Amino acid sequence: MAVKDYIRERFFPHMWCPGCGHGIVLNSLLRGVEQLGMSKNEIVMVSGIGCSSRISGYVDFHSLHTLHGRALAFATGVKMSKPELNVIVPMGDGDALAIGGNHFIHAARRNIAMTAIVMNNRIYGMTGGQYSPLSGYGTAATTAPYANIDHDFDVVQLAKAAGASFVARTTTFHARQMTDILKSAIVHDGFSVVEILTQCPTYFGRKNKMGGAAEMMEWFRDNTTPIGSKAKQENPDLIERGIFVQEEKQEYCAEYENVIKRATGGRS
Amino acid sequence: MERLRLVFSGSGGQGVITAAIILAEAAVLHEDLIATQAQAYGPEARGGATRSDIIISDSPIRYPKVTQPNVLVCLTQESYNKFNPIIRPGGILLTDTRFVKMHAKVDARQIQLPMYRTVMDEIGKPIVFNICMLGAVIGLTDVISPDAVMKALTARIPKGFIDLNKQALELGLAMGEAARP
Amino acid sequence: MNDNIKFVQGNEACVEAALYAGLEFYAGYPITPSTEIAEHMAVRLPKLGRRFIQMEDEISSICAIVGASLTGHKAMTATSGPGFSLMQEGLGYAIMAEIPCVIVNVMRGGPSTGLPTSPSQSDVYQARWGVHGDHAIIALTASNHQDVFEMTVHAFNMAETYRTPVILLLDEVIGHMRERLEIPGPEAIPVVDRLRTSVRAGIDYHPYLPREDGRLPMSDFGSEHRYNVTGLAHDMWGFPSSNPGVVHGLLRHLTDKIKNNVGNITRHKEYYLEDARTVLISYGSSARSALHVVEHQRARGERLGLLELQSLWPFPYGLVEEKCAYARNIIVVEMNMGQITRAVKRAVKDPERVVLANRIDGVFITPTDIKNILRLIQGKGV
Repeated sequence: MAVKDYIRERFFPHMWCPGCGHGIVLNSLLRGVEQLGMSKNEIVMVSGIGCSSRISGYVDFHSLHTLHGRALAFATGVKMSKPELNVIVPMGDGDALAIGGNHFIHAARRNIAMTAIVMNNRIYGMTGGQYSPLSGYGTAATTAPYANIDHDFDVVQLAKAAGASFVARTTTFHARQMTDILKSAIVHDGFSVVEILTQCPTYFGRKNKMGGAAEMMEWFRDNTTPIGSKAKQENPDLIERGIFVQEEKQEYCAEYENVIKRATGGRS
Repeated sequence: MERLRLVFSGSGGQGVITAAIILAEAAVLHEDLIATQAQAYGPEARGGATRSDIIISDSPIRYPKVTQPNVLVCLTQESYNKFNPIIRPGGILLTDTRFVKMHAKVDARQIQLPMYRTVMDEIGKPIVFNICMLGAVIGLTDVISPDAVMKALTARIPKGFIDLNKQALELGLAMGEAARP
Repeated sequence: MNDNIKFVQGNEACVEAALYAGLEFYAGYPITPSTEIAEHMAVRLPKLGRRFIQMEDEISSICAIVGASLTGHKAMTATSGPGFSLMQEGLGYAIMAEIPCVIVNVMRGGPSTGLPTSPSQSDVYQARWGVHGDHAIIALTASNHQDVFEMTVHAFNMAETYRTPVILLLDEVIGHMRERLEIPGPEAIPVVDRLRTSVRAGIDYHPYLPREDGRLPMSDFGSEHRYNVTGLAHDMWGFPSSNPGVVHGLLRHLTDKIKNNVGNITRHKEYYLEDARTVLISYGSSARSALHVVEHQRARGERLGLLELQSLWPFPYGLVEEKCAYARNIIVVEMNMGQITRAVKRAVKDPERVVLANRIDGVFITPTDIKNILRLIQGKGV
């Protein structure tokens, strides 16, 4: 199947701003799904609210566009009640880690098999440029007119600490790596977190004088490095890319099958 | 039968609520009577005077709480002090010799039995004190048959404890019957 | 001994009924006085090969049951006031996206943490209007364990019939009290199953296009029809739409599917209404005290009757008006400041006949409380 067979063509062109990184995420994701040879009927995409969440409307999967921050909670109900489904949950940074932060850590703790994609553009775009929990200290936003005093989360550290059994990071500049990482995340049997640094030239870029989309992507190129690279040792400020955690750990739905076995005395 | 309203009171851990449930359950499942059981929840259920209300009747029970019990059991001084004024005139107020010093002047037959001491002397396990109390209540009132209580107990407790409970029930029954007017 | 006769708490009766109705997925968070529902579900569901999950809060609990319902499984959650407040967001989503599910609220005293272990019926209006935006809602209630069973099954049936969340309002007295429950035989109470589309693969399926009879057949997530579900205003495919005509049609549909079926949704019981000069109206545990008073005063020759509401929303205005037509006095018995009293006043002619007999102090309303109001109305003084 071609990549375009996975989209709902009648909704294009998409609603994202020119230069937005979310389209690259959509593209890389669909390439991954296509390369894995997955059937459209086996995938449920669950999203929350924000620019990121609109991705679910463009894909020809079962799509569930939910409430701000709650995508993982809905997804837990979908997966738990029908474990054979493949659940992909794209979220924005505010969506996943501010209003949805609690659901994020608990889904990770359970290690329920689904792919949580954090599309991190460091800003609330849909509402017009307010600071998010990933904006970072000193950044500018409409709600941080005198510079942001909130510190940001490190998504990778947070996901690791919460118990996710697959944790990775990439950027929209590294579209091929993104596809490879997403493929590994999707086939991983456990809770997978993929943080994708993506650009919002309209709000984050403009407010923070980062230039246009191209300059912002160059920033991703220049300020990130593969995990454990020599460059990182020389410059600790570089952000690492790649797969940080990939471990075998009992998956939640499989674990519940054991609960059923114990409850039925092995009769089921 | 007449409608019988009972209140079992004591402190958490004495098993008064379990005894109440077993009595009401036995009445419903094994005597084809109508019964309700209600209890206080929350902080008061975890210490201090705990209480459970039981109504047993042969006609539908609407209001399930007991305001004036025909039978009031108090297994601690605190519960005795707190609840003795609610006894229905002419009712039975049962207490245990070890835990309660009776003083209230109430219009009821106050009966004090050495239930705890008997359980400890004869069985040596305080865990069945509540079942002995239940036996005494049945011995005093004939509300349901001891057989029905044993059936309810058998369904609820592990096999190894059935004889223990039966013994406690019989000790209570004998004490209750002996104390009948 | 008949195994179908049980001596249980109301919360357990609710669990047994949900399983009878075909519940396959439960998600919840512990909260007094509803916790026993979660505990019994955790025991019972896996024994039947079905699934239970304790979520991180009530917000995620209601979201999870919506997700499970979309895969074709009957789903429910249970909570109490504070948790019910947190569920309003997900409840609104289920209304908008038309997802069948059941939410049990075992009411306790509020607002806020209020009285966790004391009875109250003060969430009646939260059930009606807790969700933002215009909408209709189905809220049911019960006063004894046999009725808890029947109304729980009814809740699932209404949820499936009208593709909507249904609220079951129990209260602390009913939830915790133990009494007899007889589990009805299979098929003794009809169970409405999920209506699935007969549209075949490859043919355009419209998840939000009502059939002639008003029902909307569903398609399970994971099967051949891929469609979109959203909390945004949406068209017949489930895709977001802000077209005024589409939005208007959607909002009318969400309201009309319930308002036009009041007769099928609402349930009530009546006692001695034929010649009653004083009509008591009550529901839930309060109806037990009210019925006690009615039976007691009847024996003394007083012409009292009781209308027991088993469904509160949509409010049965026509029924209440009819049953109160010849009443000299109407006494609404409830444990709040008059939430149903307000609806009754709107329903009847000469609303000055309507008086509230209530308690709001966390104490289960007693027959004496009601008798005192009765005596005041009769000019006898308490």
